[in-house]
Amino acid sequence: MANANIIQFKHVTKQYDNDSPVLDDVSFEIERGKFYTLLGPSGCGKTTILRIIAGFTEPTSGEVFFNGKKINQVPANKRQVNTVFQDYALFPHLNVFENVAFGLRIKKLKNAEIQTKVKEALSFVNLSGYEKREISEMSGGQRQRVAIARAIVNEPEVILLDEPLSALDLKLRTEMQYELRELQRRLGITFIFVTHDQEEALAMSDEIFVINKGTIQQSGTPIDIYDEPINRFVADFIGESNIVKGKMIKDYLVEFVGRQFECVDMGFNENEPVEIVIRPEDLEITSLERGKLQVKVDSQLFRGVHYEICGYDIDGNEWLVHSTKKAKVGTEIGLYFDPEAIHVMRLGETEEEFDRRLETYADVDRHGK
Amino acid sequence: MENKLTRNLYKVPYLLWILLFVIIPIALVLYYSFFDIEGHFSLGNYQKFFTPVYLQMTLSSFWYAFLITAISLIIAYPTALLLTKTKHKQLWLLLIIVPSWINLLLKAYAFLGIFGTYGISNSFLKVIGIGQQQILFTDFSFVFVSVYIFIPFMILPIFNSLNELNPTLVDAAKDLGASKWTTFRRVIFPLTIDGVKSGCQVTFIPALSLFMLTRLIAGNRVITLGTAIEQHFLVTQDWGMGSTIAVFLIIIMVLIMLLTNTRKRGV
Repeated sequence: MANANIIQFKHVTKQYDNDSPVLDDVSFEIERGKFYTLLGPSGCGKTTILRIIAGFTEPTSGEVFFNGKKINQVPANKRQVNTVFQDYALFPHLNVFENVAFGLRIKKLKNAEIQTKVKEALSFVNLSGYEKREISEMSGGQRQRVAIARAIVNEPEVILLDEPLSALDLKLRTEMQYELRELQRRLGITFIFVTHDQEEALAMSDEIFVINKGTIQQSGTPIDIYDEPINRFVADFIGESNIVKGKMIKDYLVEFVGRQFECVDMGFNENEPVEIVIRPEDLEITSLERGKLQVKVDSQLFRGVHYEICGYDIDGNEWLVHSTKKAKVGTEIGLYFDPEAIHVMRLGETEEEFDRRLETYADVDRHGK
Repeated sequence: MENKLTRNLYKVPYLLWILLFVIIPIALVLYYSFFDIEGHFSLGNYQKFFTPVYLQMTLSSFWYAFLITAISLIIAYPTALLLTKTKHKQLWLLLIIVPSWINLLLKAYAFLGIFGTYGISNSFLKVIGIGQQQILFTDFSFVFVSVYIFIPFMILPIFNSLNELNPTLVDAAKDLGASKWTTFRRVIFPLTIDGVKSGCQVTFIPALSLFMLTRLIAGNRVITLGTAIEQHFLVTQDWGMGSTIAVFLIIIMVLIMLLTNTRKRGV
């Protein structure tokens, strides 16, 4: 039981009839006590992963392990996981107390014990005193909390959350993000959270799995994924990015928009075609002469925290800039960026190759010092 | 102004209908119930209703209606549950509904042929060695044919409420550790109870006043309130007594509606 991995997927594929697979040879490990997020656009397969863990669907092939034991055949009601559903799935014919007590009653606990546990769970989600309320009398945010209480009261080893915040308004959603994260830390239970909202994923997770078209594109901490996206999809999906085609001249020197720039990436073949990512907030508006790039401002939006400026360079590439400085539409401006701001992506690189390449960087750094 | 006028115009067919086919008939029934067979005003009919003959009849009506409803429910619920899980559920539902479009009398006559002494069912019984039986004009055949006739009406509301049931609620119950049976008992059934209630209403209430089948299939061996009303109006010409029974039938129906409509909330 000392096993750190609580859940493991080995080459899991899920396919309906002869359609293209919903999940295509997915393997990963989930460590105990961490907050994981499965992030991806709708229809990418993230909910299917959750349903396989919960036991609502069986994988077509591959193996699923829980605490080191294979659980492919174990029915949902025998698994030590509990789910918080997207629409909460609270029982409308039962009041708040009975909803939370549902799992405990099935376990045939003594009434007094049920009373204490339900009270405790409700106070955990700040709903003390709401026991007698009907579900129809609760607001969206309160129902959300009831659903969480109903899951945690069973003391599962893993809690699965299927886009639980998507039905809430922005303010409540941000509030619940803090609360969920806080709750996970206090309980120390593994959370697996499914969302298509990248900000939510970045704010809450220990680890993010970025999923697209049934495969895991990249996994890592929020910072890893934001700073070192593996491919165009990840770079585009997580945050906003400027992606242009380029060529790796040699180590630490890259060419794009017809110019050569100093960068911090290495380990590529000479003159290898690559893609360049520069985040909008890493671009700084400056004079034409000081700028490393010159773009013509096409449009400008006021976003509150910053201006979002859109411009085109001489090659016709679009450049998105987030700046607190205003620009004038129609004028030419210079853009300045540091060598560290350039992120170079190899075309068609798998996650394993990517990780291996990153490790060589670390070695070089160590030798260099 | 014109709007108001057209709105009032729309009301006309409804009000006419209610007046001609609901209010006037009920008033007439009530009116006739206060006259004895000679045409004198009296409360005798009401007194007569509380004699053992009529009470026995009421009891037997209730008993058969209860039997028919209970058996229909026992068959209809699993059927509806199965239907919601099939791929082309609307088609299967339609196939079950279709027989209800055929006239009740026709179906009754069809069963006369099937259950008769030389009918299919007796030939079958002979083949498997049980031998010829008296099927027609028994309680069994009466209940059987009634159930057959009422089953679509029982299935439909149950099917609808099962169909509207949010499937994630079933997932949620499983997720919380409930077995299939517990999920059914604690989630599916309580949430479809409204469908069951309306199914029972549309079965039980008409079953109370069945009279065609009692004659054709049960050979007048089963006397219900419906049969009694028919007899009084057409045979004994005692319209007063017939109306009185009808008044009680209406009262009973209203009571059943009220009873089955109370919504129970939470535990």
